[in-house]
Amino acid sequence: MKILVAVKRVIDYNVQVRVKEDGTGVVTENVKMSTNPPDDNAIEEAVKIKESGKAKEIVAITVGEDKAQETVRKALAVGADRGIHIKVDGTIEPLAVSKILQKIVDKEKPDLIFMGKQAIDDDCNQTGQMLAALLNWPQATFASKIEVKDKSLEVTREVDEGLETIEVNIPAIVTCDLRLNEPRYASLPNIMKAKKKPIEQINGSELGIDIKPRIEQIKVEEPPKRKAGIKVASVAELVQKLKNEAKVI
Amino acid sequence: MSVLLIAEHNNNEVRPFTLNAITAASQIDQDLHVLVIGKKIDAVSKSISEIPNVKKVIAVDNEIYENYLAENFTPVIIKHSENYSHIVCSANTFGKNLMPRVAALLDTSQVSDIIKVISPDTFLRPIYAGNAFATVKSNDKKKCITIRPTSFDPAQTSGGSAEIIKAEKEEATSLTKFIKREEVKSDRPELGTARIVISGGRGMASGENFKLITAIADKLNAAIGASRAAVDAGYITNDHQVGQTGKVVVPDLYIAVGISGAIQHLAGMKESKIIVAINKDGEAPIFSVADYGLEADLFEALPQFLEELNKLNTIQK
Ligand SMILES: Cc1cc2nc3c(=O)[nH]c(=O)nc-3n(C[C@H](O)[C@H](O)[C@H](O)COP(=O)(O)OP(=O)(O)OC[C@H]3O[C@@H](n4cnc5c(N)ncnc54)[C@H](O)[C@@H]3O)c2cc1C
Repeated sequence: MKILVAVKRVIDYNVQVRVKEDGTGVVTENVKMSTNPPDDNAIEEAVKIKESGKAKEIVAITVGEDKAQETVRKALAVGADRGIHIKVDGTIEPLAVSKILQKIVDKEKPDLIFMGKQAIDDDCNQTGQMLAALLNWPQATFASKIEVKDKSLEVTREVDEGLETIEVNIPAIVTCDLRLNEPRYASLPNIMKAKKKPIEQINGSELGIDIKPRIEQIKVEEPPKRKAGIKVASVAELVQKLKNEAKVI
Repeated sequence: MSVLLIAEHNNNEVRPFTLNAITAASQIDQDLHVLVIGKKIDAVSKSISEIPNVKKVIAVDNEIYENYLAENFTPVIIKHSENYSHIVCSANTFGKNLMPRVAALLDTSQVSDIIKVISPDTFLRPIYAGNAFATVKSNDKKKCITIRPTSFDPAQTSGGSAEIIKAEKEEATSLTKFIKREEVKSDRPELGTARIVISGGRGMASGENFKLITAIADKLNAAIGASRAAVDAGYITNDHQVGQTGKVVVPDLYIAVGISGAIQHLAGMKESKIIVAINKDGEAPIFSVADYGLEADLFEALPQFLEELNKLNTIQK
């Protein structure tokens, strides 16, 4: 079995994001970037499946500017076998990413595709489902457990009501929740080894698909600030304030 | 221009967020039709037809739709999408799972999780866990939109009488099979719509200790929430998680207990009207969004809290 894992480079989750003064976006200069957190879970799950003997090859893929290669390199350091970087500059929407991935799937013919359930920058939560639609594959979104069977996967999904279990035929797409597993750290020797693993670079403009944004970003602004609150000295004071000042209980 | 809203329901009842989505959808255009797909949905269709904002209900009733598989819902939505300028549903796990599959087949770039309708093609949506708000204009002919339910009031549920039209099923998928759903049943108000939410974090130190929270929730008729750390540690089930990758709540009162206030948690609760934080670390970031902060050990504060509530003559329900 072959597993394709899609990873995205985003502002690190620990960074306090700041809005640019001119309203054109958020500040990304000199800001720490990392792999989108649930994409790490997607890679980890693929590696675990390979370690169990059920997969032969893991291909990590990213779509983005030159620096996005870092995320593929990191995936190679924790166990992916080779990488693909689709070079695209500027804004690229989930619909365009899924069309690009569809092209690569036609060529690579993976059995499974894993990725994070949402990217923590645009918070769109679309790419996996869109790719599943374009390929007419089954989708198992928000996965917190995956069991590989003979010709299918049994996937536990985190939904609003609790947990749901579905079975999807292979080939299938899974979008991963952070609770799927505990991503490993790359060891130094593996980071060194990863430097020798191949990353194929493909220019996005050569794929023959329209990837122009359909959504115009008119402005980006700071959310309204909450007004400063107070500290109360005791539980009794807290309850009194909630009752008589805020009038919420 | 007409809007097609995909109803979320459990085959017996309309799920509450459908009502919030209806409010948002009717702000896009008054000609709002609702597509109800499910199994034995006569009662659901009827109650939706009574919502005054709804002009028409299309019901597609078949056992293959019992478990809301996106693979089965999508062909029905595509089939009916033709006459509509907008396809909308709520941005909860139902809509998040479903809408992108529809959007891709319509070759539309979806606008996810809107919090405001500025005009029929322009919307406000949070990005970066709510640390920025983006105003976006969709240039696709047909627009696919998901709606953050807590940003819109629920629609009125009675007084209307829209016509109900029955439509045929589409082909069922053989690729995906539903196996089971483990729903956590409770008599408490739902987390997403409760007037009061009390949430526990890693500071609770065990699942057992959540009984301190439960006792107060009982008293206040509150829903119980949690941080991701508390869910990860197994103190409480995933359906309680509040935050960027969990649920968004906007109650009148949110009480955060033993929660540090990471941005990913704040993303799910910082629009609450009144926020209370109980934390023993006076520097915890949660205090920066709290209207009332109590720097205290939760194991002392929570029993006292219950005691003080017991002293009150009346408590709003
Ligand atoms: C991509 C991504 C998505 C995420 N999504 C979410 C999400 O949706 N929701 C979410 O909540 N988190 C989310 N997180 C995790 C988030 O970053 C934090 O790790 C998490 O919110 C921390 O939970 P916590 O506040 O309970 O734990 P901690 O940060 O460990 O805080 C525990 C707090 O309890 C206090 N405390 C301890 N003991 C006591 C006591 N006896 N009395 C009083 N106070 C006490 C401590 O002072 C501390 O402030 C996400 C992270 C990532 C990377």
